[in-house]
Amino acid sequence: MSSTSIEAPAASTGNAVSVPSTMECTSSGWVLILGATSGIARALAHRLSQDGHSLILAGRNEEELTRMASDLRLRHNVNAEVAEFSALDYASHPEFFENCIRRTSGRLQGVLLCYGDMLPQAATEKSFDDARRVIDVNFTSAVSILSQAATYLEERKGGFIGVISSVAGDRGRQSNYTYGAAKAGLTAFTQGLRNRLYKSGVHVLTIKPGFVATRMTAGLLNPKSPLVASPEKVANDIVRAIKRRRTVLYTPWFWRPIMTLICSIPESIFRKMKL
Amino acid sequence: MMSADSFRGTSELLSGWGNYPRERCRTRSIESWQDVETAVQSSNTTNVIPRGMGRSYGDSTLTQDGVVLRMGHLNRFLAFDPETGVLECEAGVSFAEIIETFLSQGWFLPTTPGTKFVTLGGAIAADVHGKNHHVDGSFGNFVNRLTLLLADGAIIDCTRDNDPDLFWATIGGMGLTGVILSAQIRLSRVETAYCDVTYRRTQNLESTLEMFTATHQSYRYSVSWIDCLATGASLGRGVVMLGNDAPAAALPRKLAAAPLKLPRRRAKTIPFDFPSFALNPWSIKAFNTLYYAKNRDRREFVDFNSFFYPLDGIDHWNRIYGKRGFVQYQALFPTETAHVGLHQLLERIAKSRQASFLAVIKGSGPATRGMLSYLFPGITLALDFPNRGKATRDLFEKLDEIVLEHSGRLYLAKDALTSADTFARMYPRLSEFLRVKERVDPNNRFVSSQARRLGIVTGLEPNQSEAVGNSMSAGTH
Repeated sequence: MSSTSIEAPAASTGNAVSVPSTMECTSSGWVLILGATSGIARALAHRLSQDGHSLILAGRNEEELTRMASDLRLRHNVNAEVAEFSALDYASHPEFFENCIRRTSGRLQGVLLCYGDMLPQAATEKSFDDARRVIDVNFTSAVSILSQAATYLEERKGGFIGVISSVAGDRGRQSNYTYGAAKAGLTAFTQGLRNRLYKSGVHVLTIKPGFVATRMTAGLLNPKSPLVASPEKVANDIVRAIKRRRTVLYTPWFWRPIMTLICSIPESIFRKMKL
Repeated sequence: MMSADSFRGTSELLSGWGNYPRERCRTRSIESWQDVETAVQSSNTTNVIPRGMGRSYGDSTLTQDGVVLRMGHLNRFLAFDPETGVLECEAGVSFAEIIETFLSQGWFLPTTPGTKFVTLGGAIAADVHGKNHHVDGSFGNFVNRLTLLLADGAIIDCTRDNDPDLFWATIGGMGLTGVILSAQIRLSRVETAYCDVTYRRTQNLESTLEMFTATHQSYRYSVSWIDCLATGASLGRGVVMLGNDAPAAALPRKLAAAPLKLPRRRAKTIPFDFPSFALNPWSIKAFNTLYYAKNRDRREFVDFNSFFYPLDGIDHWNRIYGKRGFVQYQALFPTETAHVGLHQLLERIAKSRQASFLAVIKGSGPATRGMLSYLFPGITLALDFPNRGKATRDLFEKLDEIVLEHSGRLYLAKDALTSADTFARMYPRLSEFLRVKERVDPNNRFVSSQARRLGIVTGLEPNQSEAVGNSMSAGTH
């Protein structure tokens, strides 16, 4: 794959914002995957390295990540590195990100946030610690690390950020609203980032999966149901959306009409429902 | 909602490749070494058994009251030395993946069964063999090291030097000593993705066996299809395939342009179970006659896919046997008794009118040191039979008798029906194996339906399959 150099956009004059013309979002620059052991992240890692990207796999489980990195290197003949990343250790984020920049010799092109934590709704209702954990992992930590990424890419005037949110964030439902609230926050934050970073030529994608067959949903979903997507399918959708510079991706596609419907139900009726 | 600790698994109707027997089992998908540890230590299950791609034919990856660990996602390459071809990878890596990644660099499996859709763990657990067994032995010969997770949760690196008993119990041990997490193996250097293959038709069993003996030294690969419905003077007639790795210099120009590239094969699939009358003595006889007639003597270059994996080109080929499935019979006769034993076996089969169209015979070489490994020098014959219930069971009992009488034995990776008594007589090293099992798995944490049936694991609660059906609770559907 040829690597395209990231060009600075033409100087903006007054209020008009100019956008860099062609930018190959998936040329072979480095991509940082936060939460690389997650089900979707694994599929993404394979897909991205097939496309020739070098990867930094970030997460807590260094052993697993090392195994993943070896596999990607051997299978796809790309660079794959491992970086220790703890979402809840906010103080460590600046240094972590500096480290990533250093290790990629400043050629870090994209950041994908792929981690999350879903605890049972009932547990988050009984225990504030559980609720707080859900909020912190899915939202607060994302604010912290994405700010690092945003600043860097903004300076660099190019690249992309992909954030895995969820359809659960589209509306608060009694069966999953703590998680839903965190994801709703994440969606709005990502939306703001997209707005802020547009003029710097950084592409920001909000990813909203529906049901995906991964460890997080193990035992909760029937993988044979047509509503449940494979991580590979989701990963393919994500890569395509990045290439096409989409803004919000529902994956699989049918979640967009489903959520439009769900969101259109008047609140006075929705409050009685058991969704 | 279920918590991640509850570990009940999902309920699935599972079987081996023969689709017989089918059992409802709890399964769990494994994606990390932690997952295996959790599973093995979990108090929510009495036992576990690992499962790869389910290419063994019978019940070696089924368990009535435990949990089947689906290891397919534990499939990462960990290390590779491009000078020596030494490869370390997780147990869920398939031979197909190894070929896809390393053949283009000039490396191939040192020996391979008739399908590339087997996992490394499964290949080691069954100590698989291929067309080159008479020269290279079975797969266990190419394993340097095993990383095993034992019943007590310990993860150990086991080699033939640091713990030969455990090493040789695990090779061919059908997953009963512990879970293989990863293994280090030696790949073989190849110049091309082609074999130089010679086909020779033979008139009867004697000439088929003579062909093996005559070509023992000169061909690395040898195998024969035989017409198991041919009777009388033609009993055991067949088509012998003899091959050697084709060197780059020998390839015709068209192939020499990309010597390590496998030609694309158009995917075919059997989309549904064929009706049970599809395979019957008449249709099989017709097939056999045609196949024998069509395969005249010749020599040609055959790509690895077509030579080693002819059936892999058809997805779900096992469906041609219909819903009742089929049962494989694979038996080995020592060199001294091979001719007589095979003759009797084939006669008995022809008499029973229960036909097999896929009858394959091969000369085997020196035994590997696995305690439950299948092969020693002799001739092995593999056949498929449509599952006709009692008729099939009765036939197999008769065949077992013939095999026992001639000091032969069956292959665990194919077996679905034999008895504990017969098995014990066929595998004199069973007691050695049990000593190792007693050492590393005294509480029978690793149990399969096959192990129960064959008495490899004893002293368990009786079959709980009804209970499993009721206590199923896998999450929401």
